[in-house]
Amino acid sequence: MADTASAIKAARRFDAAAIRGQFPILGTRCHGKPLTFLDSAASAQKPQVVIDAVAETYEGQYANIHRGVYDLSERTSAAFEAVRGKARGLINAAHDDEIIFTSGTTESINLVAQSWGRANLGPGDEVLITEMEHHSNIVPWQLLRDQTGFTLKVAPFDDHGVLIMETFEKSLSERTKLVCVTQLSNALGTILPVREITTMAHAAGALVLVDGAQGIPHLATDVRALDCDFYAFSGHKLYGPSGIGVLYGKADLLAHMPPWKGGGDMIASVTFEKTEFAAPPHRFEAGTPNIAGTIGMGAAIDWFQGLDLDGLAAHEDDLLAYGTACLSEVPGLRIIGTAPDKAAVISFVLDTAHPHDIGTVLDSQGVAVRAGHHCAQPVMDHFDVAATVRASFGAYSSRDDIDTLVSALDQVRELFG
Amino acid sequence: MSELRDLYQEVILDHSRSPRNFGHHQPSNRQAKGNNPLCGDKFTVYVLVEDGIVKDLSFEGRGCAISTASASLMTELLKGRTEDDAQAMFERFHAVVTGEKGEELDDGLDKLNVLAGVRGYPMRVKCATLAWHTLKAALKQTDETVVTE
Repeated sequence: MADTASAIKAARRFDAAAIRGQFPILGTRCHGKPLTFLDSAASAQKPQVVIDAVAETYEGQYANIHRGVYDLSERTSAAFEAVRGKARGLINAAHDDEIIFTSGTTESINLVAQSWGRANLGPGDEVLITEMEHHSNIVPWQLLRDQTGFTLKVAPFDDHGVLIMETFEKSLSERTKLVCVTQLSNALGTILPVREITTMAHAAGALVLVDGAQGIPHLATDVRALDCDFYAFSGHKLYGPSGIGVLYGKADLLAHMPPWKGGGDMIASVTFEKTEFAAPPHRFEAGTPNIAGTIGMGAAIDWFQGLDLDGLAAHEDDLLAYGTACLSEVPGLRIIGTAPDKAAVISFVLDTAHPHDIGTVLDSQGVAVRAGHHCAQPVMDHFDVAATVRASFGAYSSRDDIDTLVSALDQVRELFG
Repeated sequence: MSELRDLYQEVILDHSRSPRNFGHHQPSNRQAKGNNPLCGDKFTVYVLVEDGIVKDLSFEGRGCAISTASASLMTELLKGRTEDDAQAMFERFHAVVTGEKGEELDDGLDKLNVLAGVRGYPMRVKCATLAWHTLKAALKQTDETVVTE
């Protein structure tokens, strides 16, 4: 753990090169070229302290949790439960019990749909989402709509990728029971005015769920300041392991929500006649969870919070500005998503080559980008493109990565004209 | 760059820039839509089958260079062949792009060997086979209504 402390101390002064050095994978090669990783929005790479936390769990502190009376299980349980406090601190929730562990953002949203939604939504009710949602904030609502008969409405964005607030506000009514919005668009990079959205939604009597999958690694997040009712995020986009995430819910809402999965660890007592359910958060955590992954996410939260977050924000703003300027000079390149309030994600298309072909050529140069619809097909439809190339940045990204990307794009132009 | 040149041979670049039999301009009596959910590529393949012969074949939609070139080459090479022949070609083409048995095509289909480069790119095999899967679905249809819009 001394290593963790020194790593945190080193990272406190924001030094992108030093931070990069903490990520072993960034020293590897791809097709014989140094890896240039520009796909952090899909999943961030992991610093050594996170890798070590997972390994150390299996090496020295692993047993099933909440069960054993033996020391090893108790220590594992304590390490696991301590992560609730870390996640609470990260998003400034009021209570540890408002933090439910899930497999990730997708499961967090499905939990709200199948627990709160199934109990509270029916014919005549409306759920309002935005046109720029990830499929994981669209499909769970469609599935539930088909089961319970509410109406799903969509608030559009403009050609810069900015949510049209006038239309959004007009879409709210006394029928609106829930508003589901992303904090930061994964395909466009747009930052949404969540505080303004919660104020409008609450005035209409609706609850608000925020998809924080992209927001959490880039934006300082305070769920009480945002006043959102639910907030979902994933560990793996915050430099932690995959397969672990969080649903935050306000305590008074969680208290009245029914379980959505049955199993061990979510009960108070079970007989064949009746089961008494545990209180939140355990009511929503059936079965043995991702124990090592949760502890790894705790390490990632510690690592992230140890960064100079103002420095990180300035660093990412610089990468966005530099990346936008450099890419704008590439002939035939069009940036998709030009919101004034934008995070370190740049989606683009080229007039001569399809994103898939661009992705393959860039890969041959060791440059890893996402090429596709980014699980946001309605966004692609809006801009009438089948797909885009997306370069996304993290704490370890550098201007050099962008230079490498731009020169690799020369190869695309050489091949495709 | 040389590995990329193997993948993106001139024939592929040519067919992706100027796809043959592109657009639904001729009568057809079978059609199917195909899409690759991974990347959002979408094609519709239109076929005119008469007396068991693929009399005409065209496609429209959008996709990457590999999927577009493969669709274009397919429409050129299968026109005039029997339905059974077209089905058999699908199997042989599939074997070429997945690299099974290192198979190479002959009897007039050797042009398709330019797509063998996708063997080295497992994620791209689906691009190369998208139009072919769509054609297979179209040929399975029994609806004989001529669609000419």
